[in-house]
Amino acid sequence: MTAAIIVTVLVAGGVYLIAQRELLRVVLGFILLGHGVNVLIISAGGMYNRQPPLLGQQDRAAMADPLPQAFVLTAIVIAFAITVYLLALLKAGDQETGGDGGTRSDSDHDPAARDDPDRERTERAGGSARGEDR
Amino acid sequence: MTGLEALVIAPVAVPLFAAGLLILFAVRMPVAARRAVAFAAVAACTAVAGYLLAVTTDGTVIVQRLGGWPDGIAIPLAADAFGAVMLLVTGVLGLACLAFAALDGGGPGDLEATDRTRAFLPQAMLLLAGVNGAYLTADLFNLFVFIEVMLVPSYVLIATGRNPERLAAARLYLTVNLLASTVFLAGLGLVYGVAGTVQLGDLAGAAVTDPRVAAATAVILLALSVKAALVPLHNWLPRAYSVAPAAVTVLFSGLLTKVGVYALFRIYAVVFDGDPRFLPVVLVAALLTMVVGVLAAVGAGGMRQILTFHMVSQLGYIVLGLAIFTPVGLAAAIYFMVQYVLVKAALLMIAGAVERHVGIGELARLGGLAAHSPAAAVAFAVSALSLAGIPPQSGFVGKFALVLGAVDAGLIVAALVAIGVSVFTLLSMLKIWNGAFWGGDAPDPDPSGGAGTVVALTVPVRAVAPALALGGLSLLLGLAAEPLLAVSTAAANGLVDTAGYAGSVGAP
Repeated sequence: MTAAIIVTVLVAGGVYLIAQRELLRVVLGFILLGHGVNVLIISAGGMYNRQPPLLGQQDRAAMADPLPQAFVLTAIVIAFAITVYLLALLKAGDQETGGDGGTRSDSDHDPAARDDPDRERTERAGGSARGEDR
Repeated sequence: MTGLEALVIAPVAVPLFAAGLLILFAVRMPVAARRAVAFAAVAACTAVAGYLLAVTTDGTVIVQRLGGWPDGIAIPLAADAFGAVMLLVTGVLGLACLAFAALDGGGPGDLEATDRTRAFLPQAMLLLAGVNGAYLTADLFNLFVFIEVMLVPSYVLIATGRNPERLAAARLYLTVNLLASTVFLAGLGLVYGVAGTVQLGDLAGAAVTDPRVAAATAVILLALSVKAALVPLHNWLPRAYSVAPAAVTVLFSGLLTKVGVYALFRIYAVVFDGDPRFLPVVLVAALLTMVVGVLAAVGAGGMRQILTFHMVSQLGYIVLGLAIFTPVGLAAAIYFMVQYVLVKAALLMIAGAVERHVGIGELARLGGLAAHSPAAAVAFAVSALSLAGIPPQSGFVGKFALVLGAVDAGLIVAALVAIGVSVFTLLSMLKIWNGAFWGGDAPDPDPSGGAGTVVALTVPVRAVAPALALGGLSLLLGLAAEPLLAVSTAAANGLVDTAGYAGSVGAP
């Protein structure tokens, strides 16, 4: 039951954030969604057997199922790598197109962006248009 | 472990090894040496795939249990006729794509993402390793892992070059695929929860007897439909593929969506045992995909836009074979998939070469290429007629067999839709022909011009040579269709009667 509630909350939050228009929020949404799915997989192996799965040292009935743990470990590594790459894409796109929204503070630190007055203007225009949406 | 079983590892291990070699020594190796390593790796995979296919056409399933674990714990790799034929076409396409990347560069236009950049060849090798692994694995979780191995290099390749349009496409592509992968993973968790295993051999037929397994597997099938770009989950594909670098689009077109389709076929055949109760859903998706894709293609205005929308439509044809689920229909779908991979790659190569060397791909501004570049025109005509399904091309054999299969199974409406979509396919191919190859010349070339201007009127023969070769192969497959049809029938029999596959793969 606890697992079901956790999965529900994480997935609901993740879906909400993915439906936002800013990429940074989408990335955060994917992180939540990924965690939700990981809890789902762990719960698929049973939540109440928590002893380490070491044959000969533990009672078999009390052992945790090691397979979902291996699944989740793999999934975490993959999701982490892709999330980092997505953040890199976000940053690259920010420098390239002058702002994806919600990340303007990043480009304020970018000296190239500050020196280019045209770029500032487009960013401000984009920023105010987005401001109305909120 | 006999030699034959050890050979099953090769299509995954060889490209991975080549990728490592290319990454480690890329700085010191000249371009020619890097190309030689990549070609040798893909040629080795192709040879192994050909041998595996020769061994498996009689229904043999070669199983390799990795790591020396006992049966039931080890994660199996399995090669049957369906997997082997997909491995073979992947190898042939990989060779053609490497040749295209090597020959196409050097003209005006951007030079990014040809094999001159350090990233292209190692990433392409990793991608091939993932694709081959997905065709060989007999475990749903390993399918997920291999799909990720395939997708991660594709995320890098699609974003090559500091082009804002491409970055936007890469973000869309990445987010959609990440969402689909997450859904896939959720489905895996559910399958494990209700069935206690994710190994295909042990799951054989489980969805027929247990509706909970059917529901859980349906989540996985939904995620795979996104990867296979079935309508209404198709929109990411044309938007991402039409702006990616040309060689990358060629590589993706034949590999990524096909893995999705392959997995749909495999999982539906094994886990659902071809359960006829759910086939109407597949049929509706297939017909919608065919119609929506081709209508979008007719409305598109750029060469690559048209071709990528066509990909969606043609994927519908392949999935129609799954919806028929008779030996005839499945064999037709597999034949169609093999020839389509080659033909579509040829067309995308020509479009990419035109974009690179002429400078633009919009049909409204192109014209008269047939007079200036007859080789490109011939290559395009041969492949386009095959895509539209005109005899004696391989596309005709594939579509004819599919329509026969549909009529045979009593799906008259599906057969009529397939024929109607063919007409529209021909129409949009004529649109490219008239817009780009026929008619008056494009505006005078401006060699100094930047992006979006016509810089030349000729496409060098070397840039379309791989496309010519693939077009010729398509003609050959149409004129002498028997061997491939025999192989497809063997593969289809393996899908209809999965007892052999499940028996070899599953725990004894």
